Formats: sequence, structure tokens, C-alpha cells
Amino acid sequence: MSDFTLPEDKAERMERAALFYSDIVPHNHALGLKLLDIGPAEATVELPYADFLVGNPETGVIAGGAVTTLIDAACGSAVILKLGRIQPLVTLDLRIDYLRPARPHVSLIAVAECYRSTRQIAFVRALVHQGDKSNPVASAQGTFMRLEE
Amino acid sequence: MSDAKSPSALAELVHHVRKTREYGQLTDAIPYTRFMGIGVENLAGEMLCRMRYTPKLIGNSFIPALHGGTLGALLESSAIFELLLQTETPRVPKVISITVDFLRSGKAQDTFARAFITRQGRRVANVRVEAWQDDRTRPIASAHALFLLAEP
Repeated sequence: MSDFTLPEDKAERMERAALFYSDIVPHNHALGLKLLDIGPAEATVELPYADFLVGNPETGVIAGGAVTTLIDAACGSAVILKLGRIQPLVTLDLRIDYLRPARPHVSLIAVAECYRSTRQIAFVRALVHQGDKSNPVASAQGTFMRLEE
Repeated sequence: MSDAKSPSALAELVHHVRKTREYGQLTDAIPYTRFMGIGVENLAGEMLCRMRYTPKLIGNSFIPALHGGTLGALLESSAIFELLLQTETPRVPKVISITVDFLRSGKAQDTFARAFITRQGRRVANVRVEAWQDDRTRPIASAHALFLLAEP
């Protein structure tokens, strides 16, 4: 039970962090979420466009609920990376502002950064874009609690 | 899937379901709610949303617990169906912002949600939603959300 610490090497860290996007986390896997990149306290996660995610059949735009899951997952990964070890977390709250309508048939990419962690609580912000970070679809803010092991 | 592709087809479907209360016709026309197993039900004269449990909703296999995102999805869907079915809005309302509080872990079972429109203006509606499992007095998640309604 001692190797929950994330490895130093970036490729190995990435591989370990990507486990959360395998069928170990069934709902991340069911939505098709992919971990694209990591930083010291940052995770970039992609939600590929798929017909089953459409929330508005008039426009083909992906449902907000799927975007919430994308953001929750990316924020959780950012916390794990900031802490440097895999440990159980719970989301306390998540606020999402929708800045512009998402375009259909294009992936959504969430970039989440854990900018502060205390002994019990971690604070995260995230942006969701479709290829151009300067024109985000959504902005989000979340707090997470570290659970005792 | 029903052919609710054109604006008029979906508006007609919403209009029809408001009268017939055959909510399944509407939730089946939206791919994401169908995928998530989210439906609208009339239980004891009250319109509730139910997210039927399936293993693909799990976020933590060890506990096991529902993925937080699925609860956010249920809360948001519940708010949208409340606006679509209880008001005269002709199109799917667009979410402006949503804040979700996660109160308790979601068990591997069906989850219910009930939305309340706290204010409906001409352009913006404020909605509050709660989700629970066994005991309605112990909600597992709640949300408040702002929606942009279609211009008349």
C-alpha cells in the first residue's frame, strides 16, 4: 500500500494518472474521456464528440452533464498531481459558467489547475475550450476534500 | 431515435408531451438522457427525474459510488425538464451557470431529483434542484442554476 506516491518521471506519472481514465473509473471510460497532458498541478482532459452525448438534438451540442463530468474528472486529476500521490478525494462543490455555446462535432478539452491545497481541502479552477484556449466554452471552480486512508 | 432533428419537430414533441405526460417520448429523443438512463416520472402527482442505476455510472469502483458528474447531469437534466414541461418555453433552455454541492456519496442504486423554479423572468430562470436516493430528507446533491430562455 506504499506506492501510491506518483513517480518523478513525467511519462510514468502520466501513465499512472491515466489509470483514472481506464475502466477503473467506469463512467470516465463510458464517456470516452482521455488524459492528454499533465503538469505539476495541472491536467488536460479531452471529451471526444459523440452522438450519444448530445443534449440538444436541434443543435447537436453536447449535454451540460457530460461537460460537468469532464470538468470533475480533470479537476480531480489536477488535485492528485498537486498532492503527488493517489489518494481518495471527494468533490465538495463545482461551479460552472458557460461562456459560449459549444460547437457540435468538435472535442471539448478541459484544462484544470489545482492552485492551492491545504491539509484537508484542495482548490481547483478549470477552463474548457475547443482548440483555442483564448475562446473558452466554460470556466469552472471546484473544491475537493482529501479523505483519510 | 425519434426524428426530433428540426426545431419544429422538438417544439412539437415538447408541446405534445406537456399535454399527454408521456415523458418517455421526450427523454428518449435526447441522446444523452437516454444514455444516462435519466427519465421523467409522475410519482404521486409530482414530476420527478429518475436516473436508473447501471454500472457505467460508477466513479469509484472500490466504495462503490456514483461519479459526481452523473449527479451533476441528473440535477441539470431535472432543471431543464422542469423548464421545458412546466413553462411555455419553446426551445431547450441554455444553462448560463450551475453550482453543484455534493452532500453525500451516491450509492449504486437509482437516484431521484426534483427541481423548483425559484424565479422565471422573461429571459432568465433560476432553478434549484435536489437529488436523493432512499431518503428524501437526506439529499445526496443539490444545485442551483441559471438558464437563458428562448426569446419569444
